[in-house]
This record gives sequence, structure tokens and C-alpha cells, in this order.
Amino acid sequence: MRRASLFSRLGERLIEAVIVLCGLSAIFFVAAIFLFVFLSGADFMLHRLDWGEFLTSAEWYPTSVSNKRYGTLALIAGSASVTGLAMLVAVPFGLGTAVFISEFTEGRVREVLKVVVELLAAIPSVVWGFIGLVIMNPLIIDLLGAPIGLNVLNGGIILGLMSVPIVVSIGEDALKAVPDSYREASLALGATRWQSVYKVLFPAARSGLLAAVLLGVGRAIGETMAVLMATGHAVQIPTSPLDSVRTLTATIAAELGETARGSDHYQALFAIGVQLFAITFVVNLTADLLVRGVRRR
Amino acid sequence: MNSTLQRAALLVLALALITSTGCSGGDRQDRTLVQNKGSDTMVNLAQAWAENYRRVRPEVGIAVSGGGSGTGIAALINGTVDLANASRDIKPEEQESIRKANGKTAVEHVVAFDAVVFYVHDDNPLTGLTIEQIACIYGEGGACENWSQVGVEVPGCEGQTIIRVSRQSNSGTYEFVRDHVLGKERDFKLGSRDMQGSKDVVDLVAHTPCAIGYSGLGYATVAVKAICVSGKTGEPCVTPTIDAARSKVYPLSRPLYMYTLGEAAGSIQGYLEWIRSADGQRIVGENGFVPMH
Repeated sequence: MRRASLFSRLGERLIEAVIVLCGLSAIFFVAAIFLFVFLSGADFMLHRLDWGEFLTSAEWYPTSVSNKRYGTLALIAGSASVTGLAMLVAVPFGLGTAVFISEFTEGRVREVLKVVVELLAAIPSVVWGFIGLVIMNPLIIDLLGAPIGLNVLNGGIILGLMSVPIVVSIGEDALKAVPDSYREASLALGATRWQSVYKVLFPAARSGLLAAVLLGVGRAIGETMAVLMATGHAVQIPTSPLDSVRTLTATIAAELGETARGSDHYQALFAIGVQLFAITFVVNLTADLLVRGVRRR
Repeated sequence: MNSTLQRAALLVLALALITSTGCSGGDRQDRTLVQNKGSDTMVNLAQAWAENYRRVRPEVGIAVSGGGSGTGIAALINGTVDLANASRDIKPEEQESIRKANGKTAVEHVVAFDAVVFYVHDDNPLTGLTIEQIACIYGEGGACENWSQVGVEVPGCEGQTIIRVSRQSNSGTYEFVRDHVLGKERDFKLGSRDMQGSKDVVDLVAHTPCAIGYSGLGYATVAVKAICVSGKTGEPCVTPTIDAARSKVYPLSRPLYMYTLGEAAGSIQGYLEWIRSADGQRIVGENGFVPMH
């Protein structure tokens, strides 16, 4: 009996240690990846890269013979425009679905809907990209008379649909966190269900819903394969949703394989990696602080 | 009891599996695997060579992948492939990095010929372009943005804007066009749709009335039109065909290469010899490229 308890105590310790290790490993991996990305491009970033050009020039000519230029403004504009459009799709659809699931359904319908939305998140991004390439491309040409269907609109819709599941699940959590007494009070005052949603629940869950949107943004900025296939991959600052663009992520994916390890071009791509890291870090941090704000109340 | 028995059976099975694969591994000891990577233009051709070579020398396996000429040569520098396919010459700085990394030089082997062909949509009435006009369309600072500027009106093309379809910058075809159409020192105009593969270019052009794109001769389909190119204004233009490419009458003909680290030896040498034999060159013709003899 005593031996058994000794064993079980030892086992407990062991498992505890493993769990602590698992927890710490996340921090370790994030730090290690950031260090790797930074160090892989550090030499170029610190000594030879003109940061002014890097951030404000739209000319991306890493393989030019006569005049190499490393301007990422067009790529930033590409990422921003596609992400912006994606949010125009994902926010109404995502928040609408979240409200519907948490406020207007119950029982089986709710469970089925939740599962289906989660399934949407399980579709591989290359499949989304393929849909953009073979279904959306001819559709956009036919319906809008655009010269080419691989553009901001195509990428934005695809990315928006990809971000919907994240917005839905976090948005629904935020709505669920609003105490039932709020709903009851609102209904008791004679408000309709819709009125209580937008007059009471939205303000009460404000920061949680904002966090849902921001995490959706993070998802959209980081996505690579689908945008690589659906946006047309053209380095230019878009002036309309029907222009082709190229995103930061797609540039890394398309060009990293070609470069000799350690070359300036290789390191410039890691500089883009650092840039992306900074963007997603800020977005996620903002979302995290907002979620904390919700919990504190 | 039952489950113990099952477990024991499973263990025996697993052991048997391990030993059997171990044995077959032993049998295959003398089978060599050649890693072959690079040019997207050549990837179908290289695949066809590899498949046919299996019949000639079953003990030599050839693993082919694409990615672009630059990718193949980068892999050669990094030491991960034995044979790099390239649709352009190796650059001096690439040769330099190979010397630094491996202490060897890359040796060039011509394996076939090809022509870079400019394709337009089948509805496009355009027949010919001069190199100068192509440079005006594709080159940085070039003024040609509309089909009317090269003298045609394209039915079904909204706004008559020329949609430039190009290749990603590690493509050998991209660099060939830069060097031989735009001039080495000139860059491409930004805003072209940069496709990842030779076939993707032709596919996009086939679906886009406004588009023009370039790819290898072997990628021609019935849905696109290969345009006739003249070297200088006033000269007659030449339609890209196998004969025109072989006789170098077509201005954008080019050799296709395979590069090895140092002189080829052993199974790699055998493979290269077979590629350049009548048997290997027959496959070149079957894939729409230009045989050497």
C-alpha cells in the first residue's frame, strides 16, 4: 500500500515535470524561431539594408543584374489590401454567425452549426487556393469584366472565408461570457431579441468581439498558400480590387527556394520574415490585451 | 489473455516486417539514386528521361523535381543534388559560390535545345512582334500598356490593357528573357503576373484574352497562339518551330543544360551519355523540345 502511494507520488512528480516542460517549450519555440529568423538575415539587415528603401519603396528587384532594389511597400500594400478585404467578408459573416449560434439557436441546431463552422477551419489552404484559381478566377472575369480574375477581390474573399471560423468561435465565446442577467434585464424592459443583441450584448462583449476580429486579421496576414494562388502574384500597389497583388508571405514562399543560402536576397527574405513577425506580434498582442480586458470585468 | 495473445502476434508481425525490409534494403545496396532538380521548363522532359532510363538501367534511380533553374543551381551549391537542370547559363557568382562551398566547379552539359515562345490568347489577332516591341511591353520604363500600341484590337479584352504574364525570378526562362529581350542591364516592369511554372503561364494565357506570356516551345497548346518574332524592326519575323529553333533562325533559341559538380562520373556520367544518345534525344522530340541531332 505504502509502496503504491510512493510510486503514485513519484508518477505525479514526473507528470508534473513533463507538463511544466510542455508549457515552457512554447516559450522556447517562439524565442528560438524569432532568433533564427532574425539571425538568418541579421548581417544584411544591420549592415547593408537601406531600411528607408525597404519600408517606403515599391520596387522589389532582388535579382536585378544592374540595380538590386529591396523595396517592400508594394508587398505591404498587397498584404494590407487583401487582409482588409478579407475582413470586410469575415467580420459580418463571422460576427453574424457568432450571434446566431449564441443567441438565436439552441440544442441540436447549435451543435451542428458549431461543428460545421469548425470543419470550415479544417479545409487545407491549398484547397482554398485551388478554388480561387479554378472557380473564382473565371467567375470574376465573367461577372465583373475584369481582364484577370486573380486579384485582391479573389484573394480577399478566399481569405475572408478562411478567417470566418476563428471570428465565429472567439466571437461566440465573447458573447457567451456576457452574464444572462443582461439578457433578462434587456428583455424585461421590452426590447426585442435583436434590439438586445445590438444595444446590450454588443457593447457588453465589445472587447471580446474586437479580439475575435483581430485574431482573424492575424490569420489573414499570415496565410500563404491560398493568397499565392489567388492573388495573381504581381508586384504593384493596387488601385482597385480588381488589380493583382503580391503579399509578403507569398514572396517568401515563392522566392526562398531559389536563393543560395546566405546571399543578400536570401537575407532580404528573412528581413520580410522579421517584418511579418512584427506585424502579427502587434496584432496578436492587441487581441490578447483586449481579451484580458474582457476577463477583468 | 486474449489481448496478450494479440499483442504477442502483433509483435511477431512487426519484427517480421522490420527484418524483411532490412533484407530488401540489403538487396538494394547497389542501387544508386541520382538527385536531379531545377528548371521548370525542363521538368517534364527530365521526368520523361528518368522514366525511360529505368528501363535501360533499372539499378539507377533518378529523382526529379522542379522549382526553377536558380533553385537547381542553389541546390547544387548547397550540395543537395547531383544534377542541376538549367534553362540558362550558370552565373559567375554562382560558379564562385560553388567553388567556395565545395572546392569544385560546376561542369556544363548541353542536353537539348529550346525556344522561348511568346504566347497570346487564341482570339488575339496579333501575328508578329519585334524584340523591341516585346521589350516595350515587358521592360522597366517601356511605354506599351495597350494592345493598340502594338497595332491590334483584341476581341473580348476589356479596356485593351496588356496583361503581362511573367515568371518568378528564380526561373531560367525569366532570366533568359531579361538577358536576350530586355538587355542584361534592364529589369522587368513591375506588375506582371509572376507564375510559378511554365505550364501555368500557358494556362493563364489560354483563359485570359488580354494576356501575353512566355514559356518553352514544349508547352504550346491549341488554346494559345505562338507569335512570330523578328530580331529587328523591318526584318521578317520567324515562327517558333523545332526547325527554326535548331537552325537558330528563331531569335530566342537557347540550349538547355544539366550541371554537375566537377566532371560527371559513374552512374551520372552514364545517365548523361544516354541522354545525349539517339535514344535520349528521341524523348526530347516527343516532349516538344529540340533534339541536338
